[in-house]
Amino acid sequence: MKSYLYQNPSRATWAEDYSFLNNDIKNEEGLGIKKSYLKVSDLNIYIGKAHILKNVNLEIPDKKITCIIGPSGCGKSTLLKTFNRLIDDTEGIRYEGSILVDDTDIFDKKTEITDIRKKMGLLSQRPCPLPMSIYDNIAFGCKMHGERNRKKLNQIVEQQLKAVGLWEEVKNRLNAPASKLSIGQQQRLCLARGLAVEPEFILADEATSALDPISSKHIEELFVKLKQDYTIILVTHTLRQALRIADHVIFMYLGEVIEAGPADEVFNNPKQELTQKYLEGAFS
Amino acid sequence: MRLKFIEEKIAKGLMVVASLAVFAFVVNIIYTIFRRGFPALNWEMISQIPAGGYYNGGGGGILNAIVGSLYIVLGSTFLGLLISIPVVFYLNVYLKKDSKLAYVARLAFDVLFGIPSIVYGAFAFTIMIYLGMHTSLGGGILVITLLVIPIFIRSMDEVAQQLPKDLLDSTYALGATKLETIKVVLRQIAPGIATATLLSVGRAIGDAAGVMFTAGFTDSIPTSLNQPAATLPLSVFFQLSSPNADVQDRAYSAALILIFIVLIISVLGRLITNHFSKHKI
Repeated sequence: MKSYLYQNPSRATWAEDYSFLNNDIKNEEGLGIKKSYLKVSDLNIYIGKAHILKNVNLEIPDKKITCIIGPSGCGKSTLLKTFNRLIDDTEGIRYEGSILVDDTDIFDKKTEITDIRKKMGLLSQRPCPLPMSIYDNIAFGCKMHGERNRKKLNQIVEQQLKAVGLWEEVKNRLNAPASKLSIGQQQRLCLARGLAVEPEFILADEATSALDPISSKHIEELFVKLKQDYTIILVTHTLRQALRIADHVIFMYLGEVIEAGPADEVFNNPKQELTQKYLEGAFS
Repeated sequence: MRLKFIEEKIAKGLMVVASLAVFAFVVNIIYTIFRRGFPALNWEMISQIPAGGYYNGGGGGILNAIVGSLYIVLGSTFLGLLISIPVVFYLNVYLKKDSKLAYVARLAFDVLFGIPSIVYGAFAFTIMIYLGMHTSLGGGILVITLLVIPIFIRSMDEVAQQLPKDLLDSTYALGATKLETIKVVLRQIAPGIATATLLSVGRAIGDAAGVMFTAGFTDSIPTSLNQPAATLPLSVFFQLSSPNADVQDRAYSAALILIFIVLIISVLGRLITNHFSKHKI
């Protein structure tokens, strides 16, 4: 059995190890579902003098839920925000290495940052609806990308609200302020808003940590449903959440990827002592 | 334990006294203006421009000053918003939190905030001479715009600095450029824009020193930007300067009209604010 340590770029890549999944993907491609590709090579990130991410090498499996776990401050969120380059605005940020998204290096000067971000739906820790009506929250992104047709917009709003199971709850008050929704509904709205611009990936940064248990469960179930069409990358503090929904797990510690692989493998048979200790709750 | 409750009572008492003192001042001012101004107030004052010898007790009204003040307030508020919104947007969306430029700019606006309007008047007057303008409505709008810009920027900036980072990030994550976030930012800071506008209108309509050299004073209503314009504060000033007690009473009527205009604008402002801030997160 090959190792799933992705620190060393010379090791086998995910794709080689999971050729059986590739077959699935090929089948899906046959059905017209686009394959998403995200590969991180030798990524180093510095903020000022601090070395935040150290020599990260990863591949994110397509149409799966990948959970990034690790103790606070290990760089999980930084890694996630690097994928859509939201960390660009951080003072003193410096990158090395590359992240390929569908064969485009996101750090390449020619790459348009808005295109990258459009591909990556973001769900933040606290629900953050836009200061607009429920309808406009969903339509905003589409309008921004040039969709003006009212009928089409109505269709998208309905479709995305249905996708997150919010349609029945809000269909009679689409013009009400989004801030009037409950926090769990707001988070689902934010998810729908992200889906409306047709991303390939969903990046979720502890997306359930501010929610009540029932809303959390709702979001988790949505992720499981949405992985048919999207590649989901989830940063989570809750090991139990990762256990419940992860297909693939990345364990990080102090800015390094310690272990990565299929969830079963990492949880039941961790290769690294550190992973084992973390899973046993020796530190958090 | 007892001492704590005594402290509580004393502190609360002091707060009540302070609040009542402020309230008493306001009531006193309004009462004085009402007592002297209301009897002299009539339709002729609001609907007519000064007839010959108005300042010596002749007929007519102060429509020239009402219209002049409204022109100047509307013009400067519009221009002020037009200039301030991009500045606030730039400071808060484009510049990083610890940007030196933002620091220097904010310091500069604080200083401008404290400059008396007569200095703005003198400054604008030199610009007007340089441009070959004479005292005019345009000049008045120019100087009052300069006067209100720091108010606009500082009070909107206070609100804009509280913009949640997550909100901007969420907008960027949809593929928005910085410019495209403006719709989100404006909606989020709408209450700040409304407060800033109210403060600016109050300052603009009440300013006498700035417009003295720049807008001038006239008994007619300006029909173009090149003509001089009367303003309510100067109208109050000229009427108060009269030795004639009746004309002095009219000054109080003019002040009453001024307060009434401010009141209307404030109420409208509140209504508009409530409408726009219902979406605020």
